[in-house]
Amino acid sequence: MKRTWKVQLWRRTIMGVVALYLLLPLYSMFDFSTKPFGFADNGRTLRAWKVIPSQPDLGVAIARSLITAGIVMLLILVMIVPTVIWVQLKLPKLRRPLELLCLLPLAIPAIVLVVGIAPLYRWISINLTESPITLAGVYSMLILPYTYRSLSAALDAVDIHTLAEAAQTLGASTFRMISGIIMPTIRTGIINGSFIAIALVLGEYTISNILNYKTIQVVIAQIGRSSGNVAVAVSLASLIFVLVLLLLVPSAKRRQEVLDVDLA
Amino acid sequence: MSDSPYVQLLDLAKQFGKVRALDGLTLNIAQGELVALLGPSGCGKTTALRSLAGLQELDRGQMIVDGKDVTFQNASKRGMGMVFQAYSLFPHMTAGENVEYGLKLKAHKTAADKRRARSAELLEIVGLSSHRNHYPHQLSGGQQQRIALARALAISPKVLLLDEPLSALDAKVRTQLREEIRRIQLELGTTTLFVTHDQEEALSIADRVGVMRNGQLEQIAAPAELYDRPSTSFVAEFVGLTNPITGSVSGGSISILGKTLKTLPGSVTSGEGIALVRPESIRVKSSASGTARVFSTSFLGASCRLMVTLSDGTRITVQMPSSESIGLTAGESVELSVLDMPVFVKSAA
Repeated sequence: MKRTWKVQLWRRTIMGVVALYLLLPLYSMFDFSTKPFGFADNGRTLRAWKVIPSQPDLGVAIARSLITAGIVMLLILVMIVPTVIWVQLKLPKLRRPLELLCLLPLAIPAIVLVVGIAPLYRWISINLTESPITLAGVYSMLILPYTYRSLSAALDAVDIHTLAEAAQTLGASTFRMISGIIMPTIRTGIINGSFIAIALVLGEYTISNILNYKTIQVVIAQIGRSSGNVAVAVSLASLIFVLVLLLLVPSAKRRQEVLDVDLA
Repeated sequence: MSDSPYVQLLDLAKQFGKVRALDGLTLNIAQGELVALLGPSGCGKTTALRSLAGLQELDRGQMIVDGKDVTFQNASKRGMGMVFQAYSLFPHMTAGENVEYGLKLKAHKTAADKRRARSAELLEIVGLSSHRNHYPHQLSGGQQQRIALARALAISPKVLLLDEPLSALDAKVRTQLREEIRRIQLELGTTTLFVTHDQEEALSIADRVGVMRNGQLEQIAAPAELYDRPSTSFVAEFVGLTNPITGSVSGGSISILGKTLKTLPGSVTSGEGIALVRPESIRVKSSASGTARVFSTSFLGASCRLMVTLSDGTRITVQMPSSESIGLTAGESVELSVLDMPVFVKSAA
């Protein structure tokens, strides 16, 4: 009894410390954003928060970033997920190379990546479009390490070979087998991978700034140059926004409760 | 039954690296028959089954089902129902949806109401009607395999392929389910190929049992024949228990334990040979002048199994009706006799 009490205390202490570590900066941001920042202010004020909607470019930047994130998510669904499944099922020898390839964006600093990719984007902006949405291309590369991990973990957790063969013998084509059986089976992994990708896309600054695209983070930085309080308020707001988005990830509905098990 | 066999596997060969999984396997299955393939792991039985399902490409050979050459046909178009060793129900579908899945696909497209009726019928057959809306994780292993069986049968398969479907289950469920598989198979008359490494399973439900070794069929026969009249020493030793007893062979018979027994075809024909004698072909009688001694006894209910040490130190197993073994205890001197049954004799070398 005494031991469990101690374990409980230990657990709570760790949780408390971690929570403090994570929440303190957020609280500080909130604290800073409510400090007086003009002669008209008298004590605490929510003025920095109230002016957020009237910031030029901010609304457009948010919309663009969300569209970009949507496109990245689509690319994950139609390109990355089927590729990873296909390699796992039919080309197991390519698993290691693919894993390595997907980890590369982690090893290459963003700044180096930009230098390499800048000429391509210069060409795109001159010949095709100047829309920041084209960043979806480079972002879908950046997110690979995270998406690949969560997909491969989900694929390893089930015997997809047997499921695939069962579907085949029942008459399923390869397309139906992947879209109707394997993808729903690793649904949680796909959702998790996609949401990590979205968080990454919404938080990306280096590449878009250097390539001179006005994404949400770039606009926040711009605001910061004219008013620190507003910039911090906007960052906090965007953090909370992403947090809410991530909390919406259907909490892995692994219906684990065994309702009705009897012998045979 | 028609003249030519319903399923013909002709000279199948498949090599994995250096391992020859199939080495000229030829097997015929009649319509409505249940054939079990039995063999040690790595003998090629699963490869044979997977080839017939279309899940394994072959190096050589031909497969004919119902008069059609299916050798190069895609697995999704072959119409084979398969139950796997590993649990293979689609985890995001209920039991009912799993059973209906094949009927939704182009290959076996069925109208929604007929589909439902068919899945209800099959769930009824496997005795799980009340579990229609359960998800696989809410079912026990045995129940999952029954649903998998119903799913495989829903598409009215040309051949039902069972790849060690019972090996993940515990003993009691295994016995129960194998009998149920046989019942359903007989009811529906589905031609079935059953792969297993468990001889009791194979012998108890198959019409014919094929023993495989090194990618080839060693012998295929009805269970009783396979057991009583093995054609090779491998089959004799692999199926059931045998006691190797040395004796001299001449003129188609061998003398062991003071008796002359006929030898089976394929046996050694002369000189020294080792007779492979079934435990139940030997009888033990208490005798003060006996040269053998009971080493241990184990009571199995209707029968009793005894370990007996012969005068030369070899130990043999005897299985006899419990009623005849009453009073025999460890350490007792006994006399052995052997029943007059033909035995397989292998070379003593």
